[in-house]
Amino acid sequence: MAVRAETAQAAGKKETARGRTDLAGYLFVAPFLIAYVAFLIFPVLLGLRLSFYNSSLVSGDAQFLGLANYKELFGDPDFWLSLWHTVLFTLLSTPPLVILSLVLALLANRAIPARWFFRLSFFAPWVLPSSVIALIWVWLYQPGFGLINSYLISLGLPEVAWLAGEGVAMISVVIATVWWTLGFNFVLYLAGLQEIPQELYDASAVDGAGPLSQVRWITVPLLARTTILIVTLQIFASLNVFDQIYIMNTSGGLNYTVTRPIIQYVYEQGFTSYRVGFASAMSYVFFVLVLVVGLAQFAVANRRRGNV
Amino acid sequence: MYGAAAAFGGMALASCSGAPFGSLRSTVHFWNLFGGGDGARLSDMESNFVDSNPNLELESTTLTWGAPYYTKLSMSTVGGRPPEVAVLHQTRLGAYAPAGLLEPLDPDMLSDYDIGPDKYLPAVLESAKYQGEIFTVPLDTHPQVMFYNTDICKKAGLLEKNGDLKPIRGADGVIDAFKKAKEVTGEQGVAFAPLDGAVPWRLFYTLYGQLGGEVLSPDAKEVVLDQEKAEQAVDFLVELTVGEELTAPTQDYAAAVAQFQSGNAGFHWNGEWEVTTFADAGMPFSIVPFPSIFGNNTVQADRHTFVIPRGVAKDSRKMDAALTFISSMMKNSLIWAEGGHIPAYLPILESQKYKDLTPQSNYAGVADDVILDPNAWFSGSGSDMETQAAVPLQQAMAGAVDPKQAVDDMRASMQELVDTPSPL
Repeated sequence: MAVRAETAQAAGKKETARGRTDLAGYLFVAPFLIAYVAFLIFPVLLGLRLSFYNSSLVSGDAQFLGLANYKELFGDPDFWLSLWHTVLFTLLSTPPLVILSLVLALLANRAIPARWFFRLSFFAPWVLPSSVIALIWVWLYQPGFGLINSYLISLGLPEVAWLAGEGVAMISVVIATVWWTLGFNFVLYLAGLQEIPQELYDASAVDGAGPLSQVRWITVPLLARTTILIVTLQIFASLNVFDQIYIMNTSGGLNYTVTRPIIQYVYEQGFTSYRVGFASAMSYVFFVLVLVVGLAQFAVANRRRGNV
Repeated sequence: MYGAAAAFGGMALASCSGAPFGSLRSTVHFWNLFGGGDGARLSDMESNFVDSNPNLELESTTLTWGAPYYTKLSMSTVGGRPPEVAVLHQTRLGAYAPAGLLEPLDPDMLSDYDIGPDKYLPAVLESAKYQGEIFTVPLDTHPQVMFYNTDICKKAGLLEKNGDLKPIRGADGVIDAFKKAKEVTGEQGVAFAPLDGAVPWRLFYTLYGQLGGEVLSPDAKEVVLDQEKAEQAVDFLVELTVGEELTAPTQDYAAAVAQFQSGNAGFHWNGEWEVTTFADAGMPFSIVPFPSIFGNNTVQADRHTFVIPRGVAKDSRKMDAALTFISSMMKNSLIWAEGGHIPAYLPILESQKYKDLTPQSNYAGVADDVILDPNAWFSGSGSDMETQAAVPLQQAMAGAVDPKQAVDDMRASMQELVDTPSPL
């Protein structure tokens, strides 16, 4: 009896202690929660509401349109084209950004005297802002006197219309982006490589494994978590592409047909053409797409973790 | 979280730096889109303003030409924090005045600052109005012109004995002259920029205008593009790029300027504003009006104007500062004219100094032949109509579509714009 009363009393104390801890927790979180709701949740809901009206940036009155904005965007060829450009960019840029950064990390991880220099030079471009990158590559890609074309001409090869050719423009943007953002994945892989114990390599060397086998059977599997992280981050970052394409291609109508990403189209419709409601609708459709991609990645990662 | 708190604090402090701690000097925030040669001239004019107005401060910001500039201008006005003075192309008035983004300018108030209605040609003043009220102060008219390299043209036998360019007329005459120039340079006959958001439209509109075609009905509710005339205009452009290969279909604006400057092209089609670039480069060149290809000298142009965004008039000091700035710039527009533009301010336009300027005086007369873009909320310099039309024109000039297809595509995109409900 006494034991039960004691336990009950102890449980009661725990309840109030728990309640106090909970309250303290909420109070700690409150400032962030307020900012989060005000600057993230609320605008997201407001934007969703906007997408059902024909809201304009400059005029106050907006009529309720129901699903008209959504109907319009599903029938808009420019919407599908720019969505395709974003997806194409992601498909083209993600493999090089993952594989190339791994290769470079493996190379830069070797114990050579100037190792710091290689690590610095592969990472350095990532520090530059998008406008600087765009400017550099625009000048590199110039027809005639641009650096790349002038080398091609001096070698006797025909010059390439990097930013002007329909088949080439997107690839030119991908090349510039890979050069620019490789550094981030490179650093992540470098960190991952440090965690692989040297004994594994030594033991495998004793068993007669060559360097390529070591990479295939030791390094890559043990980097799996890093790889999943990099692929996830890379896909999301690529889906959000805007800066470099907008700046590199602003001088051409070609941008509309070959490289314009969905985010640029949303920006142009919403802020340049004042049609905020229509742009909202497009951005929410894109949001659903990104959400689906995210959930798919989550499912794949979970299943994998289950197996290991 | 700390970032958010810091941001809050920072914003609170920033918004405090208004009236209570306001300095005795008013600041004129001036937004413009003048880069390159124009930007250099603008700095000279701005220094004159600063020197002669010690009680005012000037903060001048140059933004990227086109949609990036205009998007920021409208958003800042809508957001309640516009600059005191901004530049606006005359052809964009249809997108700004009906939206209530500009302050109406009272004629008497303008006269107080020496920039009243009597200081402009009647036609120029008319286009500065919307529904009878003045909204813009016109600074210049800037038409397309033809630059030519005097050395190359001499070698090509295209100059008269006194050094002037022999008159070049008609489609065949123009192509012939460009071919001769190409033989001398070995690269291009004429340099212009097919890969630009504005240049294709400007050239098309010039050629189409020379044929007497209209694009939109006066109320901008109908597309009245004449198929035959439009195809003829596009045909000529395609002849230059694909047919005779007189210019590279893939060069952008900067490349076209650079090619002419470095002597790789004998001729250059562009707005007159690049005269400073070429003069500073010390290259041998001169300017003539855009050639009459289809029988007359009609040429596309636009006007730069000063506007005062909505919201500035609430503070009379700001309004005074804005008008003082505009007045000073107008009085200094001879410097602007040296940059190639045809001034709108009559005291400068009619002055002997302007008449003595060469090569500007070579084309001052085209002001009577200019056509501006049709007046609509989606048209004008840097507008959707212009950049959308550039796509099929570019494709045609690259040889990817035939002129008929290009005109059909142009018509389709214009029709879409006309059909879109106005967001104003």
